[in-house]
Amino acid sequence: MASRVAGWARDGEDVEVYVSRGTDTEVRVYEGEVESLSSATSAGVGVRVVSGGRQGFAYAGSLDIEVLAETLAEARDNAAFAGPGAWVGLPEPDGHRPVTLDLWRDELAGYPTARKVDAALDLERAVRAADSRVRQVESASWGDTWGEVALVSSLGVRASNRSTACYLAAVAVAGDGDGAQRASGYSAGRGPSELDSSKAAGDAVSRAVRLLGATKPRSAHLPVVFEPRVSAQLIGLLGGALSGETVLKGISLFADRLGDQVAAGGVTLVDDPTEPAAWRAACFDDEGMACRRNILIEGGVLRGYLYDSTSARRAGTSSTASAVRAGYKSGPVAGARAVHLLPGAYGPDEVLARLGDGLLVQSLSGLHSGVNPVSGDFSVGAEGLLFRGGKLSSPVRELTIASSIQRMLLDVSIVGNDLQWLPSSAAGVTIGISEMSMSGA
Amino acid sequence: MTATEGAPSLIDAAVVAGVLRQALATGGEFAEVFAEDRRGSMVALDDGRIEDISSGRERGAGIRVVVGNTTGFAHTADLSERGLFKAAEAASGAARSGGGGTREVALSRSEPRSVSPVEVLPAAVGKGRKVDLLQKADAAARASGGAVRQVKAFYRDSRRLVLVANSEGVLTSDDQVRAQFRVTVVASGDTGMQTGGESVGGTMGFELFDRHDVGDLARSAARRALVKLQARPAPSGTMPVVIRCGSGGVLFHEACGHGLEADHIAKAVSVFAGKVGAEVAGPSVTLVDDGTMSNEWGALAIDDEGHPTSRNVLIDNGVLTDYMWDWRRARKQGRAASANGRRQSYQHLPMVRMTNTFLRNGDESPDEIIRQTPRGVYIAQLGGGQVNTATGDFVFGMTEAYMIEDGHLTGPIRDANLIGNGPQVLRDIDVLGDDFAMGWPGTCGKQGQGVPVGMGQPTLRVRALTIGGTAR
Repeated sequence: MASRVAGWARDGEDVEVYVSRGTDTEVRVYEGEVESLSSATSAGVGVRVVSGGRQGFAYAGSLDIEVLAETLAEARDNAAFAGPGAWVGLPEPDGHRPVTLDLWRDELAGYPTARKVDAALDLERAVRAADSRVRQVESASWGDTWGEVALVSSLGVRASNRSTACYLAAVAVAGDGDGAQRASGYSAGRGPSELDSSKAAGDAVSRAVRLLGATKPRSAHLPVVFEPRVSAQLIGLLGGALSGETVLKGISLFADRLGDQVAAGGVTLVDDPTEPAAWRAACFDDEGMACRRNILIEGGVLRGYLYDSTSARRAGTSSTASAVRAGYKSGPVAGARAVHLLPGAYGPDEVLARLGDGLLVQSLSGLHSGVNPVSGDFSVGAEGLLFRGGKLSSPVRELTIASSIQRMLLDVSIVGNDLQWLPSSAAGVTIGISEMSMSGA
Repeated sequence: MTATEGAPSLIDAAVVAGVLRQALATGGEFAEVFAEDRRGSMVALDDGRIEDISSGRERGAGIRVVVGNTTGFAHTADLSERGLFKAAEAASGAARSGGGGTREVALSRSEPRSVSPVEVLPAAVGKGRKVDLLQKADAAARASGGAVRQVKAFYRDSRRLVLVANSEGVLTSDDQVRAQFRVTVVASGDTGMQTGGESVGGTMGFELFDRHDVGDLARSAARRALVKLQARPAPSGTMPVVIRCGSGGVLFHEACGHGLEADHIAKAVSVFAGKVGAEVAGPSVTLVDDGTMSNEWGALAIDDEGHPTSRNVLIDNGVLTDYMWDWRRARKQGRAASANGRRQSYQHLPMVRMTNTFLRNGDESPDEIIRQTPRGVYIAQLGGGQVNTATGDFVFGMTEAYMIEDGHLTGPIRDANLIGNGPQVLRDIDVLGDDFAMGWPGTCGKQGQGVPVGMGQPTLRVRALTIGGTAR
């Protein structure tokens, strides 16, 4: 179908059609009953038209052929109002050979709904049974998705990706006298046999229980350790700040820094969508270019940025196959899919031991309001545990930690050996930062 | 025009009745059809040129069947009779009821009163005029100072026709038109780069731009970025905080709004559970959620479950009076819903959500509040926030702020997050100004669904909040 629409391109214009289709199922249980069960297939199309150095985009939540014709006409009309740029254009095939990735599990397609319900109910029971201080299981759920995308352009690009994924997730609330603490646990995989329900339950419970009795600490400057789940969020933000597009516009804190020491020597940052364990692994990027491994920071030295075809052409370089889309409703932009730090030598306990005294961060809040990717200002809410002499001591809450992204990268004193691929565009690993400001009482 | 004129019916009433009958065929106690036709367009200027221009349409229906405590849900992009029946079967199958039989549904159509009149439908405005708005903003921001390095401006409009029908006989519809504009300016100086922003939006048409001049908005955003080039690091620690009118409604949205949503209450994961009738704030604090505020960003004629919206007082002179309710939570309590059931789209189940949430005026002059604060922080603009309803701890970001020293505003300070505890902050509000204003259009995210919400407050002081800066 995508080919058919791309074939409608007129002389002097290029057309690209992105079609996606997916089926999602979600089961939520509460107090031993199914609270909700949703299942549906949805599909949509996004069309880009480039004509005379101007680009227009339109989308529709339907694959009806008349709707596609309307969508193309709308994209064409939009292009007439866009600003021209010599670099604006669709990519041409670059001859890079795609990897072959097996991201699809037939096992999931045939998995009966009753077993998904049972898995969610079992998870809820396991959370409840794990500790007498579990006061409430706020939610326990199963989710799965199978999706495929196809992309065709009038310049000869043809690509498709398909993948399956499923997860079990729980939110536990632990109580102890007056205080309550909440934490989540999950397990994710491409098929049901890759899920570990006891890990999901265990994480939710242990993380909630260990925060019981948390107090607001006194303000201090101290070493901070991020757990893998937390560092994955931060590394994901870093991936965004390394987009070539923001660099070109002069609004990246990494602009004009190629070849500079921007991080501590132990920091090597790579975006590698060809890593099969990565949640957003893909053979092709969202413009149909074959995905590849890109080194961004090596031994602390800035080596490169992430480009889609438009930003690459403007920068006078070639695409790093880093075009990403937020579904069919938006056009591609440069971004990371599988960004991670190369792991270091020490396990998480050794990281604490080497730093001696400090704060172990279990979760962050306010990342969208507290991290400014342009100025680099960093100030977010946190909860976690203080550690003394390398051993966890008292839980703390209602505090913020602050520094700047620039400073934090240079202050990375240890990278752990516990790399974990998480359901995001980044992997997590234990990271120790030599000093941050902790604000509390 | 009124909100419903010119809105064609999404599905024929007889088809809706048939679909509801089908949805109840396996013994469901409640069935609902929510149909939606949403069109939107967007224009984005970046780096001096119109970089993105996009438009699209999505149409479909979500069908919900409830049996006991279980909800089955399915959705379809196919609004034909066949497509709807298929979705109804899937939803009733998901609710896994044992019973059967035929139940007729007698629908009684009601037209909600218009809440947000629209003067100029954005779709009737040429794309060229939308492009002009952004170029005007770009020029105004760049003319504000040589240190302005980059300008991003963004325009978006949407029109959402909804139809809601359920087995309790409800058949109603709404036509929701929204327009929005945002500008972000980056300025560059010796201390690096700083950003400043402005944002306006309304449940209204293109007349939004008769009420707001995009040039003024762009100059205000530029001023914010330029001022921060001189900013010193924010302090670290706990101190009094004065928040300017209309800039900090997000504080109450996070500090107590979410904690007053009945789903959190039912699961006892809110610090406000069991507190109705209790004094939770000082006597000057009155908190309201009001979906009927004409043309405001969170205004709706009906919620996404077909209930006409209303003005709900949540905290009345310091006393907690009620929570916010959707159909499901209200039904379990045997009470009326408060029309707070909302959803992102037809592909989502509704849940308890805020509409326009605001704190009512006090009687102090805003200048006097600053004068009576020996040392603290004055926040002229807040960014987003986040709350953990189980502990009540919440954060929010400040994007324009100044030190208060000896009752006067002194230098600007850099962006930082603040952290506080909802119940504690409510008790710590010690003075409220007389200058109530609504703030920026917000998008509230909950369990992965985003909906438009409005927020507002007068200038006020919180006795103690923790500022997450780096100053030693």
